[in-house]
Amino acid sequence: MDFTDKKVTLHDMCLRDGMHPKRHRISLDEMIDVATGLDQAGIPLIEVTHGDGLGGASINYGFPAHSDAQYLGAVVPKMKNARISALLLPGIGTVEHLKMAADLGVSCIRVATHCTEADVSEQHIGLARQMGLDTVGFLMMAHMITAGELLEQALLMESYGANCIYCTDSAGYMLPHQVTERIGLLRARLKPQTELGFHGHHNLGLGVANSMAAVGAGANRIDGSAAGLGAGAGNTPLEIFAAVLARMGADTGVDIFELMAVAEEKIVPMMDELVRVDRDSLILGYAGVYSSFLLFAKRAGDKYGVASQEILLEMARRKAIGGQEDLIEDVAMEMAKA
Amino acid sequence: MSKKLRAVIIGPGNIGTDLLMKAMRSDWIEPVWMAGIEESEGIKRARDFGMKVSTSGVEGMLDRVEEDNIQIAFDATSAYVHAENSRRLNQKGVMMIDLTPAAIGPYCIPPVNLAELLREGRRENVNMVTCGGQATIPIVRAVSRVQTVKYGEIVATVSSKSVGLGTRKNIDEFTRTTADAIEKIGGADKGKAIIIVNPAEPPLIMRDTIHCLTAETPDQTRITGSIHSMIAEVQRYVPGYTLKNGPVFDGNRVTVFMQVEGLGDFLPRYSGNLDIMTAAALRTAEMYAEALFKETLANGQSY
Repeated sequence: MDFTDKKVTLHDMCLRDGMHPKRHRISLDEMIDVATGLDQAGIPLIEVTHGDGLGGASINYGFPAHSDAQYLGAVVPKMKNARISALLLPGIGTVEHLKMAADLGVSCIRVATHCTEADVSEQHIGLARQMGLDTVGFLMMAHMITAGELLEQALLMESYGANCIYCTDSAGYMLPHQVTERIGLLRARLKPQTELGFHGHHNLGLGVANSMAAVGAGANRIDGSAAGLGAGAGNTPLEIFAAVLARMGADTGVDIFELMAVAEEKIVPMMDELVRVDRDSLILGYAGVYSSFLLFAKRAGDKYGVASQEILLEMARRKAIGGQEDLIEDVAMEMAKA
Repeated sequence: MSKKLRAVIIGPGNIGTDLLMKAMRSDWIEPVWMAGIEESEGIKRARDFGMKVSTSGVEGMLDRVEEDNIQIAFDATSAYVHAENSRRLNQKGVMMIDLTPAAIGPYCIPPVNLAELLREGRRENVNMVTCGGQATIPIVRAVSRVQTVKYGEIVATVSSKSVGLGTRKNIDEFTRTTADAIEKIGGADKGKAIIIVNPAEPPLIMRDTIHCLTAETPDQTRITGSIHSMIAEVQRYVPGYTLKNGPVFDGNRVTVFMQVEGLGDFLPRYSGNLDIMTAAALRTAEMYAEALFKETLANGQSY
């Protein structure tokens, strides 16, 4: 693989996906501190919201320390070059949230659906595009369907107005050749001007390798988090991937030493627990379970005296998808009865 | 009861057909007309069931309303055409039960507020909220009638196969309407609704999680009793409305896990979300009929 002069846009997730291991309790000062650090390091795109996107504040997913509007209002004005993105899951957030984010200066909206349900995103993608926003269609749990099925859904999102489509490995389950196959087919069949992205989780330790495979197959936007702060075993550790890309000659515009400093000096000290591949997060990657179920399973396991890894395996058997956090307590109670 | 209230069903799709099959078993309602906009499978089915059919919408049966003594209409079409359907039928004195998201009339969750609506004489148009609303708002109300609910949140998980194109094109309408009805009918100070569409095969049976935050420490005994009696009320028209787990009490949080299995009339059993809409609509019509016949008897009029 030769990435010489290949342009890759790195998109940092630690202030959105990283909200999961922080139980959505990142402070405004921490948000500003991390975002300005990432901006200074040359990261062009930074995502900021509740871990479950705009409107995610809930009993089901957790109440954040501050509202989406407060986080965005604090971070956006501090950015010199970086653009701020917001995630929106139809069924959780609505177009009102989208408009609020745009009013606060968010320039990129990422509309996320389960990989088979792209048609619930039409109104949100359509509106974002109409508002002139950088509009991303984000197909989650993309390991659950074939490359051909993923393409059908990607074509729908493209037809609604998305200018970029993501293959999202929410469970950190994919192997590099599976990323290559999916991104390769999307590249061959979507419009040439449609950008492609890959969002990885490090549950099998493959975040970097999968992201390399994605770039090799034609993706030009890659998600990751400084120090990997994200759900499960975290996202693709962004400073590692940036260093790898630098070695391969790709052009990211990122100062890798500055990025390493953010990871080392700002993110790691923020962690409540070290984000790493432990037994539970490895189960996520091995069995294909949505990464943000991790802490919910640990808590339910403790409360009902059931092994958290058994809860996660049961969630896989039930083919649970992103957003079904409410099923975890229900499953734990069923298992405790048995 | 020899007399039944005669009805038109508008929209011969999956919902309209399922409703027709339920209505044919009713002691109170007699479905007479099925109105569609073209010759279709649904129209053919209705004809096979012995219905009079219109293939030019409400227009095609309006001048038969008096002659056929139609007193109740169910609209299972779309929000876009509902207002016009309702206006025209109301003019002829027909009560409209709205299964679309149009919500021009008051929300109706039968075990929670139907009796009140009938007492108030609200008989032109009632709206059946959403499937998630029908499945969860009774539980929110079961808690809020015991003590103040500061916040009510529901998560409806439905099978991909049971979610139609109309809902998909405007999923925000579900979120918004359900949240609004959690406040207005459920009695929570603030409401939030979440919907998850899961494509698993075989399709999963609708499940609903209801979370309430009470203002004061929850009275576990009274809340549990209230929830059980409310579930029994819903089971009168949706026998597959089942408590899976809970209520769980955790500080001021009260959480209930429900499953909704349909009767499998026309729609498959897993689509309890659709079944609870048609069953609630029919239940509404039946209670209206019952109230009407009682009034009639009291007034000594013949029908």
